[in-house]
Amino acid sequence: MAEKYKLIKDLVRMEIVDFTFPKKEYRTGRHDTVLPYNWALGPTWTRFFDGLKEGKIFGTRCKKCNKVLVPARTFCPSCYEDMEEWIELPQEGSVETWCLVNYKYYGQVKKPPYIIGQIRLDKANCSLTHFIGGFDLSDPDKVRRKMKTVSRVKAVWSKEKHGDIYDIAYFKPI
Amino acid sequence: MGRAVAVIGTGQTKHGRRDDLSYPDLVREAVKKVFEDAGITPKDVDGVVYGSMPSMMEGMAYNHFYFADALRVVGKPLLRTETCGSTGQSVAHTAIHWIASGMADVVLAVASEKEHEGDAQATMMTILEPFLMVTIGGAPVAFSLQSREWMGYYHIDDDKAREAASIVSVDSHDGGLKNPLAHIRVKLTKEDVSKAPIITYPVRLYDVCPTSDGACAVIFASEEKAKKICKKPAWVKGIGFRGEEYFIGDSNKAVWQSTIEASKEAYKEAGITNPLKELDVAEVYNPFSYQELMFLECLGLCPPGEAPDYVIKGTFSPGGELPCDPSGGVLCTNPIGAAGLIRVAEAALQVTGKAGEHQVEGAKLALSHAMGGAEQFNGITILGSEL
Repeated sequence: MAEKYKLIKDLVRMEIVDFTFPKKEYRTGRHDTVLPYNWALGPTWTRFFDGLKEGKIFGTRCKKCNKVLVPARTFCPSCYEDMEEWIELPQEGSVETWCLVNYKYYGQVKKPPYIIGQIRLDKANCSLTHFIGGFDLSDPDKVRRKMKTVSRVKAVWSKEKHGDIYDIAYFKPI
Repeated sequence: MGRAVAVIGTGQTKHGRRDDLSYPDLVREAVKKVFEDAGITPKDVDGVVYGSMPSMMEGMAYNHFYFADALRVVGKPLLRTETCGSTGQSVAHTAIHWIASGMADVVLAVASEKEHEGDAQATMMTILEPFLMVTIGGAPVAFSLQSREWMGYYHIDDDKAREAASIVSVDSHDGGLKNPLAHIRVKLTKEDVSKAPIITYPVRLYDVCPTSDGACAVIFASEEKAKKICKKPAWVKGIGFRGEEYFIGDSNKAVWQSTIEASKEAYKEAGITNPLKELDVAEVYNPFSYQELMFLECLGLCPPGEAPDYVIKGTFSPGGELPCDPSGGVLCTNPIGAAGLIRVAEAALQVTGKAGEHQVEGAKLALSHAMGGAEQFNGITILGSEL
């Protein structure tokens, strides 16, 4: 069990630079809770992640409102209908919004600096949250100037795929 | 809306880093004050509502069990309500519903957070499932994305938005200086704000709320009880609450439907047709200065896309047409679970003339607001000096 905990901690924990309990007059008692979970992803997200492993981005279409949503959904959030029609989406899209993350915090999935974007893939009716990258992010002003010119992006795949959302490494400007 | 409901007392802790107290003692500090303010005893209370952020914030599931004694809840019914950042508004609404329905006459509403005992950003990471949306974990990311979406949607120039956000931050911090209970009490200039280190571009250090410990307690009462107990109650004129889809990319967050619809509902109930003219003060939830700009629009206080212009001309500054966050707002004090209830308490203080140095002269009608989740919930409570 201890090994399992360690594994989970190693996976999610990054160095916390600015989180220390200062010396103070009254005592604090240190107590950590680290709990392992196994989340059922169900048939829809299992297929979605299997798709990513094959280098494909899948959405599903609502038979009532015709919207294509990505990540694929079991049911349409507005119509509540089953979404059974699978659509392989183009790997290019438009940037709806972005932000440059420049600070470190616990549980972060990537070392800053990085850009998070909302990317509307062609043929999708919603935007997908993912990284935008493939260029120098060290100077925020340069990033701002660069991003002013970026409207279209394309998925770049990770060398090693594990059947998770990080199989897409990031979206690069085209 | 059912029976009329009023605020008959408020109590807040000194907010900030409160390592000097255990969590139950912190809650007690607010509860003691609310009973003193209302001039009643726990015997007069029919039920208690409590809320905070996910209990992981402080590392203990069901923290309201831990506070049972501090909440004076022994022998009484207890409800827990939580909706992330909008928890405080939800707690107030639960108390209001309870009384408006006729099932209770006097309800104690309490909300708190002790963020320094854990790691606030880490707790934020647990609000999203870890497989699909976790990349936007950490509050500044979600709200910076939203700010830029809004700037893009209305073609708002970066520099103009920057100037307006700086004014929001300076005004709030000036408010904080006048509020003895505020956490951050510092004089800032527009330049301090616009040159501060970048957190999540375009958001800089002083555009972001602090991590605070604090609790807030409010006692609500029915019309009959309020008139009997309280010389100057703050009457609930209208409330509204709306939720949205889980996936942040499913809807346009620049035209934020849950804020728009929740405020419309509250205005309708309060009989307000021109909120900018009719309201005297607004306690807008502003954990991020850029986000306050969006809220001003979505709350119908200025036309869409024009918040920066209104802010720059001083509409929402002290002495302006509708001063916002005279208490310093969330930018100065952010015990998250309590932050929405602090907005309600501050609105009550304003319409009853008890806000002290940060009182808006002659305020009769006040809006309070909070937002929660990854851009998922919005709640509004409007209070007035007249029934």
